[in-house]
Amino acid sequence: MKTESRKDKLQRMLRMMILIRRLEEKSAELYSATKIRGFLHLYNGEEGVAVGVMETLTPEDAVVATYREHGQALAKGIGAGAIMAEMFGKQEGCSRGRGGSMHLFDAATRFYGGNAIVGGGLPLSVGLALADKMQGKSRVTCCFFGDGAVAEGEFHESMNLASLWKLPVLFLCENNLYAMGTSIRYTQAVQELAAKGAGYGVPSAAVDGMDILAVEEAARIAAEHVRGGNGPYFLECRTYRLRPHSMFDTEQYRTRDEVEEWKKRDPIDLFIQRIKDEGIWDEAEYVAMESDVAEEIKAAVAFAEAGTMEPVEDLTRFVYAEGGRP
Amino acid sequence: MAVMNMVQAINSALALEMALDDRVLLLGEDVGRDGGVFRVSEGLLERFGAERVIDTPLSESAIVGAAIGMAAYGLRPVAEIQFMGFTYAAMDQLFTHAARLRSRSRGRFTSPLVVRTPYGGGIKAPELHEESSEAIFCHMPGIKVVVPSGPYCAKGLLTAAIRDPDPVLFLEPTRLYRLIKEEVPESDYLVPMGKARVARQGGSVTVVSWGSMLDTVLKAVEGRDAEVIDLLTLSPFDVETVLASVARTGRVVIVHEAVLSCGLGAEIAATIAEEGILHLRAPIIRVAAPDVTMPMPRLEGRYLPDAARIGRAVDQLLEY
Repeated sequence: MKTESRKDKLQRMLRMMILIRRLEEKSAELYSATKIRGFLHLYNGEEGVAVGVMETLTPEDAVVATYREHGQALAKGIGAGAIMAEMFGKQEGCSRGRGGSMHLFDAATRFYGGNAIVGGGLPLSVGLALADKMQGKSRVTCCFFGDGAVAEGEFHESMNLASLWKLPVLFLCENNLYAMGTSIRYTQAVQELAAKGAGYGVPSAAVDGMDILAVEEAARIAAEHVRGGNGPYFLECRTYRLRPHSMFDTEQYRTRDEVEEWKKRDPIDLFIQRIKDEGIWDEAEYVAMESDVAEEIKAAVAFAEAGTMEPVEDLTRFVYAEGGRP
Repeated sequence: MAVMNMVQAINSALALEMALDDRVLLLGEDVGRDGGVFRVSEGLLERFGAERVIDTPLSESAIVGAAIGMAAYGLRPVAEIQFMGFTYAAMDQLFTHAARLRSRSRGRFTSPLVVRTPYGGGIKAPELHEESSEAIFCHMPGIKVVVPSGPYCAKGLLTAAIRDPDPVLFLEPTRLYRLIKEEVPESDYLVPMGKARVARQGGSVTVVSWGSMLDTVLKAVEGRDAEVIDLLTLSPFDVETVLASVARTGRVVIVHEAVLSCGLGAEIAATIAEEGILHLRAPIIRVAAPDVTMPMPRLEGRYLPDAARIGRAVDQLLEY
């Protein structure tokens, strides 16, 4: 097997970050144009987390995500077209147009969903991991959730169960400092979230989520621990959401200056600088990459536009199994 | 009088009750510094301080549980849950404690609290953000369920709910938050709980509805001799007003946007059948959503009862 060069690897990771960013920008535009309906929560600023973590997972590993999951979905391998069509509510979407932005699901890439309920994915990931363990499969279930979820009872119940039963769950907290519209300083008694693992006997670490390579390194340690049958691991990635919580958020809870300050640590900019520092930056290739990504987004939108609406007769389908056992 | 939408009317009720009664306080996700997800509590933190307008973590069970504790000690907490779909995380506390503290202690402890939550569809949001599951809560003895259909009754009912000695689930029709504007007194007033409102008088058919469906029902019956009853309180509902109307019209349509099976319409229909069947000149018709999860926005219009469907049901009875 040919090993990937350092330059190729970093370029591939950068391309995925840029693909996520451009998909989000396009989604915002299409939401304003009412092509996308439902709610829309964008991932801008947090791309380094999904892409860095996904580097350490295999196609067999499962991912459980939140309602801000376009990035994880792309990085796990769901096509931009299937995601865009889903947001358009078209049958060609990965959830056949019924999930929308918040509920992307894809069995082929083992993507077990966005989830509109904060913390709702954590118990599910415990179940996936328990099933894997019972079947003797050495797969990792990586469960993404935000700092807000750490306040929900489900976080604590799931951490305890996974530790008690030594389950292969990678608890991946994307701490973007805001539980919707309230700062972590008003919602968490202990703001160093990684410290919470100790109470459950779960090894834990915190990492700068704006530094994709640091995320990758920390996630690799975590994933190897989990894959080795040592039970769960809790990794806190400290990041920042550069856009509002959703498209309806007037952002009364934070200042423009704060957002501008964080933009200086945009994970894509930081990564580009890092590649330049390593002396393997190629401007022409970067320009080509951007245009290639633009084509991919354009194709995704065209795919979504050309998609078909669910027939009205199907409104009442898929509530129960059809024709006996599924 | 001032012209207000429902958001302003609810904000006005909260502000007045907080000013009149030191025991009244708010708690919930984003209610303080951010002013609430739909801006209902805007300006209240600045006016009443962080001890009475409490920003909480995302902990729905603890929000309602803490409200129960405060209420048991004599405070009057008003908890906000951001969407009805998120109340499911708090149902344990609501059902196992709020609903039965009075009964369990034979009246020695009570939980006079209000849980406010936006509910219902028509805002192009996906499933859990458009829930209309009022019947589940009506089924639990010990909780009162209230739902206004416009700004005037929203303010008066919320005031009544806050002053009520028992736990009240106060449902706010999300679609109507800014859609309807009407004259609302600036001072405090009560719209009594447990009492339905005749929203339109008529003699040939009674349409019973509430909350988010009411404006659609009123449009649907235009040009027809229909009486429209706005229930306002769903549990316990005003049997007397419903039966009195049925006694005059002999025909009933019940309209709700919640799914059909075991919806509140079934309880109302059963009550009419038990207590007023001799007045009926036609079968009772329910117009409701099909028994499926609220679909994505593209099929939303097919899911929610619309004026055409309601109008057809009314005509069907008139021609019976």
